[in-house]
Amino acid sequence: MSSEQQIIESRIKSEYKWGFTTDIDMETIPKGLNEDIVRLISAKKNEPEWMLEWRLKAFRHWLTMTEPRWPNVDIAPIDYQDAYYYAAPKQTEAPKSLDEVDPKLLETFEKLGISLEEQKRLTGVAVDAVMDSVSVATTFKDELAKHGIIFCSFSEAVQDHPELIKKYMGTVVPYTDNFFAALNSAVFTDGSFCYIPKGVRCPMELSTYFRINAANTGQFERTLIVAEPGSYVSYLEGCTAPMRDENQLHAAVVELIADRDAEIKYSTVQNWYPGDENGKGGIYNFVTKRGICLDDNAKISWTQVETGSAITWKYPSVILKGDNSVGEFYSVALTNNYQQADTGTKMIHVGKNTKSTIISKGISAGKSHNSYRGLVKIHKGAHNARNFSQCDSLLIGDRCGAHTFPYLEIEDKTAKVEHEATTSKIGEDQIFYCNQRGIGTEDAIGIIVNGYCKEVFKELPMEFAVEAQKLLAISLEGSVG
Amino acid sequence: MITIKDLHASVEGNQILNGLTLEVKPGEVHAIMGPNGSGKSTLANVLAGREDYEIDGGEVTFNGQDLLEMGPEDRAREGLFLAFQYPVEIPGVSNVNFLKTAVNEIREYRGEEKMDAMEFLAYIREKMKLVEMDEKFLSRSVNEGFSGGEKKRNEIFQMAVLEPKLAVMDETDSGLDIDALKIVANGVNKMRGQDRSFIVITHYQRLLNYIVPDVVHVLVDGKIVESGDKDLALRLEAQGYDWVKGEQAAATV
Repeated sequence: MSSEQQIIESRIKSEYKWGFTTDIDMETIPKGLNEDIVRLISAKKNEPEWMLEWRLKAFRHWLTMTEPRWPNVDIAPIDYQDAYYYAAPKQTEAPKSLDEVDPKLLETFEKLGISLEEQKRLTGVAVDAVMDSVSVATTFKDELAKHGIIFCSFSEAVQDHPELIKKYMGTVVPYTDNFFAALNSAVFTDGSFCYIPKGVRCPMELSTYFRINAANTGQFERTLIVAEPGSYVSYLEGCTAPMRDENQLHAAVVELIADRDAEIKYSTVQNWYPGDENGKGGIYNFVTKRGICLDDNAKISWTQVETGSAITWKYPSVILKGDNSVGEFYSVALTNNYQQADTGTKMIHVGKNTKSTIISKGISAGKSHNSYRGLVKIHKGAHNARNFSQCDSLLIGDRCGAHTFPYLEIEDKTAKVEHEATTSKIGEDQIFYCNQRGIGTEDAIGIIVNGYCKEVFKELPMEFAVEAQKLLAISLEGSVG
Repeated sequence: MITIKDLHASVEGNQILNGLTLEVKPGEVHAIMGPNGSGKSTLANVLAGREDYEIDGGEVTFNGQDLLEMGPEDRAREGLFLAFQYPVEIPGVSNVNFLKTAVNEIREYRGEEKMDAMEFLAYIREKMKLVEMDEKFLSRSVNEGFSGGEKKRNEIFQMAVLEPKLAVMDETDSGLDIDALKIVANGVNKMRGQDRSFIVITHYQRLLNYIVPDVVHVLVDGKIVESGDKDLALRLEAQGYDWVKGEQAAATV
C-alpha cells in the first residue's frame, strides 16, 4: 500500500466535528404522515386558513406522486410513515429577544461557531437560526427594519406579512413541481423569509443556519427571498446535524425572486452529517432550489459548497425570464466514503440576451459517487442567449466514481452554448512536487484541491470562503482528498 | 554533505543505477554528465525520494543521517532540494501561497517560528531579485502556463527561497536560451557558499561555462566511470561520450 493510500485511509477515519446532540426538552407530534398531521402542524403554528388549505392541496397532490428514480444514486426505500414531521424545542412562548432564548440553544449555535449575540458579532452578518422545525432566533432585525428590509422566520412571515407570502410562495417552485417539493409544501415547518424593498442595497449579509437535532425527524424548511426592482442582497446558508445511525430526510424548498435590475447572491455551505465510514446513517438531502429573474437585467447567482449528506439530490436553477438577465451557478461538491451526490443546475433561458455561467467542480474520494447533472434550455425567442458551462471532476484514489450528465435543449438559432468538461486524478506528480518542497502529503492534497476549487471559492463572501476551505480540508481528511 | 556508496536502483525491474559511489563535501559543486539513459535523472529522483524507484542496495548519508530512510518531505525539510527537469503545474495555487506553505512547514519541522504574510512577502521579494522575477509572478498559479524557460527559472527561484543545503539540479539547462541560462547560472552562483553544495546534472558542457564545477563526473550505465576537474567536461564535449565508453571497454578487457 503506498503512503498516499495510507493517508487516504487514515483521513477517511476522521470524525464529523458537528455530530453532537443537544439535550433539550422537545415537543413532537405523533409519527407518521396523513391529513391530520398536516392539520396539526398548521395548528401548532397557528396558521391562517389559506395556509392550511395550501398545505392540504399539496399533500393531496403528493399522494398521487412517486419518488423520482432517475438520479444516479442508490437509495434504500424511505418509509414516510416512520418519521416525525414536527419537532420543536419546548418553549412556552416565542422569545421576544435573545435574552429569552433557552441558553442551551444559544450554546448549541455557539458550539457550531454561530454566535447569536449581536453585540459580539464583528462581521455584521444577520442570522436566522433554525433548529429542527422552528426558528430559534433572528438577529439584527431592527437594524434591517430601518432599511425596510424584512428578515424573519417563515412562520413569522405567514403571521405578519401574509400578503407577501400569498403573492410569492409557490410561484417559482409550485407544490406540483416534484415529489419532494410537494412533500415540503405539505409539512414544512419553518425557514427564512427575506424581502428587500425597491432600490435598497442590503447593508449586511443575511444568513440562515439550519440544524437538525431531534432523532427520526425530517427537516422541511422553506426559504423565500424577494428582491424588488433595483435591490441587492447576499444570502448565506449553512447546515449541520448530529451523527445518527439512521438516515434522516431533509427536503427543503428555496424560492428566489429577482425583479428588474435586482440581484440576489445565494451561497450555501452544506455540511449535513454524511454518515460514517461504512456508509451508515447520514442525511438524505433532497432539495429544490430555484430562482427567477422576473424582469430585465435581473441577476441570480448560486454558489454552493457541498461536503455533507449521505445522498444529495439538488439542482439550484435559474429561470431567465427578463431580457439581459443573468444566471450563475458555482459549485463544489465533494463526496467521500459512501456518499452519493447527484447535483447540478438548470438554466432556463426565456428572455433575450440572457446569459448563464455554470462552473461545477466535483471531487470524489473513498468509495463515493459524484454526478453532475445539468440542463441548459434556450427557449424559442431567447435571441442571443449565451451559456458557458465548465464541469470538472477530480478523482482521489481509485475506488470512487465521477459522472457527468449534461443536457442541452436549444430552440433558438442565435444562441451560443459552450460546454467544457474534464476529469482528472489528483496527480502523484503534483503530490511529489509538493513533498519535495517540504509540504506533507495531507497539506499537499489540501492545497491542490483548494487550487482546483478556486474559481468557486472566489465567488463566496470572504469569511465563508475561509470556512469552506477549512471544511474541504476536514472533509478530505482521510479521503486523500 | 552527502555520501553515496555503491547505490543500486531500478525502475519497474530495470536496473538503472549499478553501484554508484559519490561524495560531495560542503561548499562543493559537482557536475554529473553522461549520455542518455545513463541514470542521471534516476539519481536525482532517488535522492529526492520518488516512490517509483526501487533501492536494491547501497547507502546514502546526508549530513550524518540515513537519507534513504526518510520520506520525501523530510528530505526536503532537512535541506535537500531538487530542481525538476519537468516542473509540475498546480492549477489554482498561487506561487506565493505554495512557497509560503513550503517555507512554513520547513520552519515548523525545524522548530522555528512560522512567518506571517507580511514577513514572508518581504522575504520573497528579496529573493525575486536573484532570478529577476517579475512581481506579477507571485499571484500566478504554480508553473501553469509558464514557458519552458519560466519553469526552470521558477525552480531556481524556489531554491533561493528554500535555501537548501544541497541542491540537485536535474538538466536545468535543457530548453533554456542563452539569456535564460545566464540568469539561472547567475542565481546559482550567488547562492554558492561554504555551507551549500550542488549536484548539477547536465547533458551538455555549455552550462558549466557559467556554473564552474569543482569536480566533473561521467556517468555511464549507472556508475561513475571517470572523474576530473572542469577540463574533463571540455574533453567530453570535444570527443563525445564514446571516448569514455571506449576507455571503459579497454579497461575491462
